[in-house]
Amino acid sequence: MEGGNMKRFDAIQEITRYLTDELVVCNLGYPSRELYVLEDRPENFYMLGSMGLASSISLGIAIAQPGRQVVCIEGDGSILMNLGSLATIANVNPPNLTIIVIDNGTYGSTGDQPTATSGRTRLDVMARGAGFEHVTTISTQQDISPVLKLRGECSFILIKVEPGNALVGHIPISSEVLKERFMKEL
Amino acid sequence: MSIDLSLYDALKEAGVNLLLSVPCAMLKGLLNVIETKAEIQHVPATREEEAVGIAAGAYLGGRNPAILMQNSGLGNSVNAIKSLLGFYRIPVAFIISQRGAEGERVAAQVPMGQVTIPLLDCIGMKTHIIVTASDIPQISAAIRECQATLVPVAILLTYSLWKGET
Repeated sequence: MEGGNMKRFDAIQEITRYLTDELVVCNLGYPSRELYVLEDRPENFYMLGSMGLASSISLGIAIAQPGRQVVCIEGDGSILMNLGSLATIANVNPPNLTIIVIDNGTYGSTGDQPTATSGRTRLDVMARGAGFEHVTTISTQQDISPVLKLRGECSFILIKVEPGNALVGHIPISSEVLKERFMKEL
Repeated sequence: MSIDLSLYDALKEAGVNLLLSVPCAMLKGLLNVIETKAEIQHVPATREEEAVGIAAGAYLGGRNPAILMQNSGLGNSVNAIKSLLGFYRIPVAFIISQRGAEGERVAAQVPMGQVTIPLLDCIGMKTHIIVTASDIPQISAAIRECQATLVPVAILLTYSLWKGET
């Protein structure tokens, strides 16, 4: 797809093409539901509640599993609830953690109410200000793969997309099973 | 042995190997011991709910985390305690300084202090109140129980614990 009309689903699809054995933490609501449909794997930890904490959970995993690459698929509305997390992550600076924020400027799972990023707020600038050294901003699908191939540094990737959800159902796996199958992969 | 050193030993004895913290004046001494000993990895968080998220991830990754916070931070953590730790059955120990109770000098701490124990009760969190040095051995047992049952636990530290030390 050419730049300009990429949606969250397209971005997640592109991300899944480059996943091997990475541990993935995915934001709740449609992001997790779309990831589940695109590529369900035991290494995916789908959030089902506690909005805002995807980046924090991924930091905990990255600290505990320094030998594994950890990828966090976050949203703009969600990271805006927990901006202090950017400061904590930048200071811990785990080389195995990639925070990907898919920024569609809306609360996509609750009816596309606008977030601050559809106004004056820029999350990539905030990440730099928080102390991230490796910050990339992309808005076309073909730019995702070169960025994802660069690993081994604590990094922040902002993917600008259009609002809109795919027609996908709920994840038919219980929270405890999701946890157990994730922990078995370690 | 000082109270702070005893508290530290209790955490070590329970096998805690990652500490998240948001500071409190009551926890100053314990945080100093943690930094000086440098045996247990310590990650300061910016807000208590964030610490719950980091602790949950660390548990998923195989660690045994505990969080140090003031009781005001309990209010900031309630949703994460229920819809993350409770929903996925993730054990995290909360070491909470009880401000706003007997011995408090800051009036603003009182409203949250008055509801801390009812709030813990309301959210179904097993709570151990540490009043004197002789209660400290409860701590490692409580944390081990939390790990074994996958149920979070609250350890409330009261002013009286340090009475006579300062």
